[in-house]
Amino acid sequence: MPNIRWKVITILVVLVVFTAVGVYPILAARRGIQSPSWLMDKQLKMGLDLKGGVHLELRVQTDDALRLETDTETERLREELTKRTVTFTNLVAPDATHFRVEGVPTAQDATFRQAANEVQANFDRSPGANGTYLFTMKPNVQVTLRDEAVVQARETLERRVNDLGVTEPSISQQGKDQLLVQLPGVTDVERAKAIMGSPGLLELKIVERQGSTKEELLVNGQPASGMDVVPGAGGGPGNAATTVYYLVRKVAAVTGRDLRNARPSLDENNQPAVSFTLSSEGGRKFGNVTGENIGRQLAIILDGRVQSAPSINGRITTDGRITGSFTNEEVNNLSLILRSGALPAKLDYLSERTIGPSLGADSIRSGLMASLVGLLLIVAFMLVYYHLSGVNAVVALVFNLIILLGLMAYIGAVMTLPGIAGFVLTMGIGVDSNVLIFERIKEELEAGHGVRASMNAGFSRVLWTLMDTHVAALISAAFLFNFGTGPIRGFAVTLFLGLVSNLFTSVFVSKTLFELVLSRRRQVATISI
Amino acid sequence: MNIFKDTHYNFLRWRWHALVVSWIIILAGIFVLVTKGIPKGVEFAGGTVVITEFDQPTSVQQVRSALDRTFGQDVVVQSYGEPARKQVMVRVPSFGAENGQSLSTTKDALVSALQKANIGSFRVTGTEIVGPTVGAELTNKGLWATVLSLVGILAYLAFRFQFSFGVGAVIATIHDLLITLAFLAFFRYDMTLNVIAAILTMTGYSTNDTIVIFDRIRENLRSMRRDSMYDVINASVNQTLNRTIINSGMALLTAVALFFFGGEVLHGFAFTMIVGIVTGTYSSVFIAAAVVSFWRGKAPTRAGAHAPSMPITPAPVPQQPTRKTKAQRKARAS
Repeated sequence: MPNIRWKVITILVVLVVFTAVGVYPILAARRGIQSPSWLMDKQLKMGLDLKGGVHLELRVQTDDALRLETDTETERLREELTKRTVTFTNLVAPDATHFRVEGVPTAQDATFRQAANEVQANFDRSPGANGTYLFTMKPNVQVTLRDEAVVQARETLERRVNDLGVTEPSISQQGKDQLLVQLPGVTDVERAKAIMGSPGLLELKIVERQGSTKEELLVNGQPASGMDVVPGAGGGPGNAATTVYYLVRKVAAVTGRDLRNARPSLDENNQPAVSFTLSSEGGRKFGNVTGENIGRQLAIILDGRVQSAPSINGRITTDGRITGSFTNEEVNNLSLILRSGALPAKLDYLSERTIGPSLGADSIRSGLMASLVGLLLIVAFMLVYYHLSGVNAVVALVFNLIILLGLMAYIGAVMTLPGIAGFVLTMGIGVDSNVLIFERIKEELEAGHGVRASMNAGFSRVLWTLMDTHVAALISAAFLFNFGTGPIRGFAVTLFLGLVSNLFTSVFVSKTLFELVLSRRRQVATISI
Repeated sequence: MNIFKDTHYNFLRWRWHALVVSWIIILAGIFVLVTKGIPKGVEFAGGTVVITEFDQPTSVQQVRSALDRTFGQDVVVQSYGEPARKQVMVRVPSFGAENGQSLSTTKDALVSALQKANIGSFRVTGTEIVGPTVGAELTNKGLWATVLSLVGILAYLAFRFQFSFGVGAVIATIHDLLITLAFLAFFRYDMTLNVIAAILTMTGYSTNDTIVIFDRIRENLRSMRRDSMYDVINASVNQTLNRTIINSGMALLTAVALFFFGGEVLHGFAFTMIVGIVTGTYSSVFIAAAVVSFWRGKAPTRAGAHAPSMPITPAPVPQQPTRKTKAQRKARAS
């Protein structure tokens, strides 16, 4: 029977492949064997709830990105208007998506429009009374900026987390503006959080004036046009407690974006400091600015606070140093943060979960125990109730498990504790297919049909029932996947793949096994079922 | 070997009784939910959970009194996992501010209160801190996932079977959901992510069971054209009885194994599955099939089922003795 031979070969090939992918790496790893690496790389990964680690949910405050864009465009308009000598009484950005010009003289309206067209790409302009214009960010630009902010935040966090030396970290987007960070094996949550949450925005700006209160730097209650007031630690080491204020140019000479590298070092007093190197482009800009401003102070601003404001003694191009009253750990963290670049927006922590290794080990133990007990109960029942056909079902069940393990390893799915529960349930619900088929065969036999006819009828009649039940279950597994995060997703994936492999084993494998047994006997009068 | 052989139980006769029992459980469940509320797990309610492992046996009472001064009445203290591990779980409804990095202030306060209380050395083996947004979003997503998966199943069944079958299956599944929620309320299980996962799995399982019976009804509709829907359904349920009992029994075995051996984390999950499997089996017969029978009345089913999915040779089917019962007359009258 060549037909049967091909079926058996197919099954054996499937078995060998899935054993190699799904079972071998787990067993080999237990014995300390690490080869062949192309198989070991595929080893089924364990989720945080089993391995231990930190699980954080963050929200990216995407409003920050909009505000940055609005502020930038406000300043560009201010520059344009000044260049064209258009007068105005006020130019403000009341919220993240609007800015407003007030008091443009009617006579200069045409020139104003020309200038405004320069910034208009991302904003809609609507005129009001007395030369007032309101600029509103276009809705599609808002969406794009928000999306970009989330993607950038994710990439920045990835760089930081990788720099932390976490093995196999995972950062994924969840919903519109949320990120899920999973750090296996990390127990120092506070450091991880400090490093991930820090904005890391470095700006170097020329200082116009310095003052001991904010007010003395203001003109009419606000900074002069194109200027900003930034607080900072007062007068050198040992005097860090007092706050002084700096009036600085709003436009930064260079920012963290121009950095090529940052590393811990020491300053002239042997205090921990961070040395940085600018990119060649950044270095050229920096060289120009410092060359023009020799003798003035340069404010080194980190996350809106002046760390130090050394005097410029000469033209500086690519190398600089950030000093302040830092500890060694702060210097290490800061270098790492600067290397990874600034976050485009602030992050909120929504939830935090840590699982110690011992808790994970407990979960593995109890999960395996439950699986084993469940499996044994099913095997015992099938053998007692269906005799030799029960063996057939048990073989199909074992195949199902091997294929499921292999599939999960192959697609890089993660085994979680609910996932183990999914395994157990897959077994319990999966034998249903066999029961359905066997019961049908029995019915056909009782109705007086021959063994071969009964078997064929059993399989073919039940096939569509199985299709229906599996599709319905797949529908709910798909929604479960969509709903869940982390461990629940692991469960949904297990369930989904389990259903697929169950369809294969209960129909194809089981039937082939029957055919194999029947093909050896010429006259079949009975079957053990 | 057969558990049931050639049975002729009149299952539909009991449908009204079953309906009453179901309603009593559901209403009692709703009563408990309204009066006592759903106990929410920390994922949904927000708050801080700390699991500690002590070096020496430490009673729940000791831990509670250590935390009383700082956290008052709101603190929940339970022993966690196997007693040999000497683990204690503490839960408080507060957390640090959600903005910035201070989410863990409550956790830090909790741990330092335990250290100061001098009840012995311990390690923190796990923590969970959840802000309020997460819970609200999860509830929302959980509800949508459940509703959409029901709609998906209804659509599929309406496509594969007649519409009345789809309605029957979905009503049965909603019934199972309500019964499961009622039992969760009776036994005061926390609503956690795992429980939601179990509920969604259960909807799949419950329809699974229903489909097997429906499939047989569809098949029998072709061979029993002279019989009423009522009789066809009864015959179909009887014919699939062995399979129904065996399959539910095995699913139940695994769920029970999970309940007893799966550890603390899976308790709520396993409990939900156990309730779901039992009610899913019961509802396939007494709700899903009953709805179809009610919908289609007792006229002979000569029209047959549409969309035959495969060539059928009539299978010999044990004929159902048609005897009018009180329930049947009532069904017709209503």
